[in-house]
Amino acid sequence: MKPPAFEYEAPSTVEDAAQLLADGGDDAKLLAGGQSLIPLLNLRFAAPSLLVDLNGVAELAHIHDAAGELRIGALVRHSTVAGHALVAERHPLLTEALGYVAHPQIRNRGTIGGTTAHSDPAAEVPVVLLMSDARVVARSTRGQREVAVDDLFVSIFTTSLEPDEIITEVIIPDRHSEPGTITGASFQEFARRHGDYAIGGGAAIVELDAEGVCRSARVGLLGAGMRPEESKAAAAVLENSTLAEDTVREAARVATADISPLGNVHGDVQYRRDVIREMTFRAVMTAANKAKAGTA
Amino acid sequence: MKRDIEVEVNGNRYRRSVEPRMLLTDFIRHELRLTGTHVGCEHGVCGACTIHFDGEPVRACVMLAVQADGHSLRTVESLAEDGQLNRLQRAFNECHGLQCGFCTPGFLMTLQPVVDAGEQLSDGEIRDAISGNLCRCTGYQQIVDAVSAALTPPQPEDHATS
Repeated sequence: MKPPAFEYEAPSTVEDAAQLLADGGDDAKLLAGGQSLIPLLNLRFAAPSLLVDLNGVAELAHIHDAAGELRIGALVRHSTVAGHALVAERHPLLTEALGYVAHPQIRNRGTIGGTTAHSDPAAEVPVVLLMSDARVVARSTRGQREVAVDDLFVSIFTTSLEPDEIITEVIIPDRHSEPGTITGASFQEFARRHGDYAIGGGAAIVELDAEGVCRSARVGLLGAGMRPEESKAAAAVLENSTLAEDTVREAARVATADISPLGNVHGDVQYRRDVIREMTFRAVMTAANKAKAGTA
Repeated sequence: MKRDIEVEVNGNRYRRSVEPRMLLTDFIRHELRLTGTHVGCEHGVCGACTIHFDGEPVRACVMLAVQADGHSLRTVESLAEDGQLNRLQRAFNECHGLQCGFCTPGFLMTLQPVVDAGEQLSDGEIRDAISGNLCRCTGYQQIVDAVSAALTPPQPEDHATS
């Protein structure tokens, strides 16, 4: 249970980190919070030749309120994001989802950039980023580009980043809601023990007008397949309805009809599909109730 | 290649030369000989190795010793005050919040900031606070009782009743 040998560098700027990563070749890896990578090293599922530790790169640790969007540095810890007033005000779904991310000790180290780059379909934050039309800034010695998270998440533990690219920021655009509407959001997951990876989960953002009609909806699914998933078909069922229970049940059924969760000893495929359907139903109902109560 | 690091632990400064692959748990236990920090699962599940890193509870088994360079750590050895168990430790003692004791240092380091914050918590909130620590002996109830006792302000003894 000890990591294999590796070289270690701790740069203090993104520029130096990018150079080290480029020079290190394909076996060089970035170390952010380390709450997934170091267990993988301990279990020897990973054996990088070089670890480039980003924890000393101060420029990655800021939350910046830019025009119409929040720019969250890749090294901002989950506990910081979860306690940040601007995040809670503009993206309450992210704040709520972070409460399900492991335990306080993990959230004190884990980072938003790390969980995004790790691309685990069972992780909470990537699903919320997908539902929020978030983008990442990817930097290398060759330059810098922005990638929508929908294009970033390719498969389990696989992103579209090149081996020499570093996620430096996660950008979440402010939600634009129609005048006279109220938005509600909810994140629901089921795990056998608090803080464990969930058997499955669902998340919803709904926007209701004064008559209680749903003007727009986003439905996200946790642990539903090889990557974070969003169901446009379920959103279409919800939109222009009053989110009556039968309609929401139908949306949850549509959302989970074609998903392929990864089954294992903790839950087979059918059981996980059922759990995700129920959590999706609860998420939409809870989001709708929050919107009706005007509590966001 | 070994790297030189300087770490402050429980108020003492230490300089050591360590391999990058050395876990922070092994550094604390084997290099500093502070064996109060326990190693359970060694992959970030059980919480037995919880320490404070720059004041915040973290799992030392999923950090590298080299990452502690220039940082300040506290381990369970720092809790006792003048050789006496502190309030939280006494509560664990009095409420039977431990049996074999293996998990106890991790629980204490997780809970000390909770006790320091001083807010009264419901049993549910206490269970949430300890959710990252595993105990295989107590069934948790006595641990919840201990935290509850540690959070309750001391009552003046009531001599009127007999």
